[in-house]
Amino acid sequence: MAQAFFGGVHPNDMKAATNGKAIEQLAPPAQVVIPMSQHIGKPCTPIVKVGDHVKVGQKIGEPGGFVSAPIHASVSGTVTAVEPRPYSMGGDMMAVVIENDLKDEMSEEIQAPANPESLTPEQMVELVKNAGIVGMGGATFPTHIKISGGIGKVDTVIVNGAECEPYITADHRTMLERPEEIVGGAALLAKMFGLDKVHIGVEVNKQNGIDMLNKVIAEKKAPVVVEPMRCRYPQGAEKQLCQAITGRQVPPGALPSEVGCAVFNINTTCAIYRAITQGMPVVKKIVTVSGSGVIDPKNLECPIGTPVKNLFDACGGLKDNTYKLVMGGPMMGLAQYTTDVPVGKGTGCMLAFCENEEQTVENPQCIRCGRCVNVCPMHLEPLMMYQYAARDMLVELEDANIMDCMECGACTYICPARMHLTHMFKVGKQKLGNKKAAEKAAAEKAAAEKKEA
Amino acid sequence: MTDYKNLKLIATSSPHIRSAENTKSIMLDVIISLIPALAIAVYYFGFRALTVTCVSVISCIFWEWLYRKLMKKPQSIGDLSCVVTGILIAFVCPVTIGYWQIVIGAMFAIVIVKQLFGGIGKNFLNPALAARAFMLASWASAMTTWIDPAQNKAAAFGSNVDIVTAATPLSMMKGDDIVTSFQNLTAQYSVMDMFLGKIGGSLGEVSALMLILGGAYLLVRKVISWHIPVAYIGTVAVLTLLFPRGNNPVEWMLYNLFGGGLLLGAFFMATDYSTSPITQKGQLIYGIGCGLFTVFIRYFGSYNEGVCYSIMVMNCFAPLIDRSVKPARFGVVKSNKKEAAAK
Repeated sequence: MAQAFFGGVHPNDMKAATNGKAIEQLAPPAQVVIPMSQHIGKPCTPIVKVGDHVKVGQKIGEPGGFVSAPIHASVSGTVTAVEPRPYSMGGDMMAVVIENDLKDEMSEEIQAPANPESLTPEQMVELVKNAGIVGMGGATFPTHIKISGGIGKVDTVIVNGAECEPYITADHRTMLERPEEIVGGAALLAKMFGLDKVHIGVEVNKQNGIDMLNKVIAEKKAPVVVEPMRCRYPQGAEKQLCQAITGRQVPPGALPSEVGCAVFNINTTCAIYRAITQGMPVVKKIVTVSGSGVIDPKNLECPIGTPVKNLFDACGGLKDNTYKLVMGGPMMGLAQYTTDVPVGKGTGCMLAFCENEEQTVENPQCIRCGRCVNVCPMHLEPLMMYQYAARDMLVELEDANIMDCMECGACTYICPARMHLTHMFKVGKQKLGNKKAAEKAAAEKAAAEKKEA
Repeated sequence: MTDYKNLKLIATSSPHIRSAENTKSIMLDVIISLIPALAIAVYYFGFRALTVTCVSVISCIFWEWLYRKLMKKPQSIGDLSCVVTGILIAFVCPVTIGYWQIVIGAMFAIVIVKQLFGGIGKNFLNPALAARAFMLASWASAMTTWIDPAQNKAAAFGSNVDIVTAATPLSMMKGDDIVTSFQNLTAQYSVMDMFLGKIGGSLGEVSALMLILGGAYLLVRKVISWHIPVAYIGTVAVLTLLFPRGNNPVEWMLYNLFGGGLLLGAFFMATDYSTSPITQKGQLIYGIGCGLFTVFIRYFGSYNEGVCYSIMVMNCFAPLIDRSVKPARFGVVKSNKKEAAAK
């Protein structure tokens, strides 16, 4: 078993609701809403206008900058609107609305490379870039940048099959149903990075997934090794996974490539495989729909841009007392205020809760039990950071390394007093950022005045 | 199909699930872990052990309720922490203590030590130990009158008249002629008596067996970690073994471990969340400190017993330990080593 990392929690994984259910194709939605930002970095610029006819895989969003990824139409049909619409990160985002003609016409832009075997790493990265692939585990960092920035520096490539968040089974089902795509994609990653081995880290609660991958690896004699890992949240976090597999710790503020690692999600790996062998861009996403509020939980594959209400409809609807919708896992996912938000490239899970999952209490009081310190995978002291953030002690807050916090929520999950720790850290980071910005502005102003004088 | 527009949705920050354990369940675990010691106290000292504990618990609840009421603060008795304090106050008093004295002790613990500093998690001294120190200073004689369970089991049921008072083992391990008095002690109480608790002492501290049972329960339930009890008891064990004051070092060590409030202190008092360090390394330092002070007071101080004061002294050091012992920053240790290696 792979080395562990410090801390972490082990919530009830709740995966039994969907881990035995095969991935179903969602009935084609009548309309898709495709936001122009489904990645970290600059939003795309829409390159279609109202009335245009588009086909599946046709590029409709041009990358807005270096850190960006193109966006493609996920259904064929007519563009009915190009306007800001609600999206999963909160607020509105410029989106292309396509009325589905249900013909599923494929775009001529999709060209499978004539000879995938003979492609150079640069050509493969170009294909990944054109396919609009981003980190599908939820971080949505453009994959081509990760690869091109890592070539030469990276000696360990890790495919992330930890799926440590409760409820989610999309990656698990992918392992069972599309292992050759995962293994094929991993082999392509090995080729791009010039390595003779790629690791796939999988938690041991997915033993049948591990077996399936091993079977395919043996059949194909692929340069891939499956690393079973002890179940622990947040094992799927990039830095923790690097630590679990290699024992290396990524320095504060740095990327895993700093310690020679690169991490790719299972479904990102599949997307890389499809892009390089078939020229297929990212137009579909596997989403686990689960939670106490969902009547019939399922794993669904749907076009990007499908409003989440279509997903819930396919699962028999929601219970009336549903009080919360979460896009993403229950530990790091974002609560949504409407079912109009569309599925994006980073959406792996859609949850609805109707029971007392929150367990909020009025007037929470820290009892200094120290559990948060013992579970923090980033070696922080959450209870101290909470005090500093709550009292605007920004110098102390920065000294407590709040910027190292990745908001995994382990401290908040374990807190017996039900303190809102993670929330306070988000606020604290904002306060710190505001202070830094104000200081910078003041310094610039002073410098400008000096110049004038 | 569901009408999604009618859902009353809330949008709060992640995470959206919480573990089952909460403050109340932790306190309940502590209460459960104290029951064996309470049961044996009733067995050895009589029914009064139970009534003293009940009076203490009820007064703690009352004082907390009253304070929060008068100060117009949200009620907090539901978290059961005042019940734990109540049981522990009773445990550090002789069974013969007056009820009114317990009520005042509870007032000191809850109002002055706990609530005036902001309530649960904010006090810097262990409330039960502070109450004991306060009561010892106020009623020195009442707080040091012990009855001997071996000779006088039923005495505590009724009047105090026919109580046969006894010396505690620790008082016989002190004085000018320690070797002789320690021989008297070993003649009077066997190691097994000490282990089972058939000795004079405070209500809850006598039975090592029951305290270890309760401590083990807390460890299994992960309410406490091993660091403080092991560091504390280990330090006392090593020091008393290395510097014995009788002829038999092992016997001397065992009497030191089982006598007095060491086990009660190590498992239930020193591990108090509010007043102990939060990092595991800090907890080891804290435990060792408690052990050192306990042995120093027992060897060189004017008191027979040092557990109460040693823990209170270390309580005061806890913030300092927290300030100086920080977890190694993620990702820094490694690169430092690498840089050092490169040089």
